[in-house]
Amino acid sequence: MSSVAAAAQGAGKGAAKAAARRRVRRQKHHGESAVRRPGWITYAVLGIALVISAFPLYYTLLLGSSDQVTISQEVLPQLLPDASIFERFADVMGNSQVNFWLALANSVIISVTISVATVLTSTLAGFSFAKLRYPGRNALLVFVIATMAVPTQLGVIPMYILMSEIGWVGKIQAVIVPALVSAFGVFWMTQYLDSALPFELIEAARVDGASMFRTFWSIALPAARPAAAMLGLFIFVMQWTMFFWPSIILGSQNPTLPIAVQNLTAGYHDDYSLIMAGVFLVTLPLLIIFAVIGRQLVAGIMQGAVKG
Amino acid sequence: MAALTTTESETGSAPPAARPPRKVGFSQKLSRWDVKVSPYLYISPFFILFGLTGLFPLAYTAVVSVYDWNLLGGQGDFVGLQNYVDVLNQPTFWKSLVNTFSIFLLSAVPQVIIAITLAALLDQNLRNATFWRMGVLVPYVVAPIAVSLIFGRLFADQFGLINGFLGVLGLDPVGWHSDRFASHIAIASMVNYRWTGYNTLIFLAAMQAVPRDLYEAATIDGAGRVRQFFSVTVPQIRATIIFVVITASIGGLQIFDEVKLYDVYGQGGSDRQWMTTVLFLYETAWGNQRDLGRAAAVAWMLFLIILVIGFINFKFSTRIASSGPKAPKVSRAVTRRLLAEARSAGAESAARRGDQQSTTTTDTTDRSDS
Repeated sequence: MSSVAAAAQGAGKGAAKAAARRRVRRQKHHGESAVRRPGWITYAVLGIALVISAFPLYYTLLLGSSDQVTISQEVLPQLLPDASIFERFADVMGNSQVNFWLALANSVIISVTISVATVLTSTLAGFSFAKLRYPGRNALLVFVIATMAVPTQLGVIPMYILMSEIGWVGKIQAVIVPALVSAFGVFWMTQYLDSALPFELIEAARVDGASMFRTFWSIALPAARPAAAMLGLFIFVMQWTMFFWPSIILGSQNPTLPIAVQNLTAGYHDDYSLIMAGVFLVTLPLLIIFAVIGRQLVAGIMQGAVKG
Repeated sequence: MAALTTTESETGSAPPAARPPRKVGFSQKLSRWDVKVSPYLYISPFFILFGLTGLFPLAYTAVVSVYDWNLLGGQGDFVGLQNYVDVLNQPTFWKSLVNTFSIFLLSAVPQVIIAITLAALLDQNLRNATFWRMGVLVPYVVAPIAVSLIFGRLFADQFGLINGFLGVLGLDPVGWHSDRFASHIAIASMVNYRWTGYNTLIFLAAMQAVPRDLYEAATIDGAGRVRQFFSVTVPQIRATIIFVVITASIGGLQIFDEVKLYDVYGQGGSDRQWMTTVLFLYETAWGNQRDLGRAAAVAWMLFLIILVIGFINFKFSTRIASSGPKAPKVSRAVTRRLLAEARSAGAESAARRGDQQSTTTTDTTDRSDS
């Protein structure tokens, strides 16, 4: 399979030269020293994985664009989605029971606020842990890492009691405030800044008379940008898809998008076409974001901090 | 006043000629204070908010669990461990626990195995590598609630695509919603769908950090792909395996979203055949019982179980991951030496091997020269 191996076996000088050229080009593309190309089985297996990944979404589109009668009688309604999907989208958006636009606005506000805040608090703490030296630093860092194993989901009952005490039940700040920090985020930024930000840079800023905060703001924060973007995306996806806590604390009057979808199933549980259109609509924004910046996202994971 | 004392104590040790003007002394003091306090100041948002929203609720759950505490009526009498006894006496609790473990095992085990396999495939010199990597991450952006609706339909007992497919193969339809074990498989497949790709990339990131010359050395030693995977890759990404196994366990024991919307009633099936413990907790607190005290007892018991499982996992995966190569550091040194020897031997040794092998070796030495 490998063209390099084939060329090495081949006698012709021209072939060997061409192979060498290809090799150089490949190395340029991939950065690392190229190993021989994998065989077709690898591509076949990955292809299957790709189909499994994408198919459920495609199936959602198919169900969403077919009518209610077909859907209740056929396993596979059609092979290609048609334009009627847009009517169904309009049905979902205009549906009074699901408050689609309110849900969209809530989801955007919640996800954006939490992402920005988490990135800031995590970078601040990460800078402190990675680059400043002070008593108790190691113990505190170990504590942060240990808390990553604590499932905060199980604290929902006192959280609910607390939120009802201060009158936040049904309000989005009840979702936002508890999520403003993340142990994972602190760990992630600490790992990154530890290797990406040289001490010399900080010292130089200090010698120039910058305050600690100034140093953080103008040196550490810009240096942290790649990892911060990754973290922000992770948190954004997490918050956008979050269901458990919002469904408890917000209820159907002031929903986020996942709750709006649930409302759809409660009211129209036999209209699968409508439900599936709603499901696709909720996923769409993340799909678009993924399509636009997926490349950087994956590259970010690759240089990731989870080498631990 | 304080500023003055500091300046004085400073001049005591420093030569008088270097005595700074008062103004600088003050700003120096400010700067020293800045250096001392800032580190703590910067980590304080995390600790304050985490304390308030993570630790305090967990501790307070323990308090709630020993009181009679109704959703509407609020705090009642102190009842000691009565809530725990009540919960333990409910057959549904035990059923939910069994369901949770069943779903957790059905999801975590295949997930880690498939993810690490896919990562090994992606860790090769693929054409359009980024495209394939992005492909496996697609499910990650689909909300769990959407996944459960989609899979609820795929696994529908009637007119579901999976059963339709089984029919084409001439098999009987499976009761994905009625049969207990079948429903667990369906739900586990949702969890796997969403998380396998994510874990694949985590594994892949770790694999990319494995030094390539280890593989070259292993190839020269005559190790095949599979042998290389188990003797080089797995031990090298030990820490990541532990990380993924533990996070998968913690997540797996808290399954809620996927089971909540698997059918429209959201109660884990007519016979609670796929109700998980977190769904049981939810039902106890916000469903029919409206009993926050009992729900808190459930939460605490689940927390303890998660801690125990996490600990076992840690021990277990540490052993598995380290059992392969007894001492990776030594073997690395040995392989390096072998690699150097092999390089110096060069084409000569290559010529002695078989056709297939010789091309690979030449190939390798070729590249290391360039």
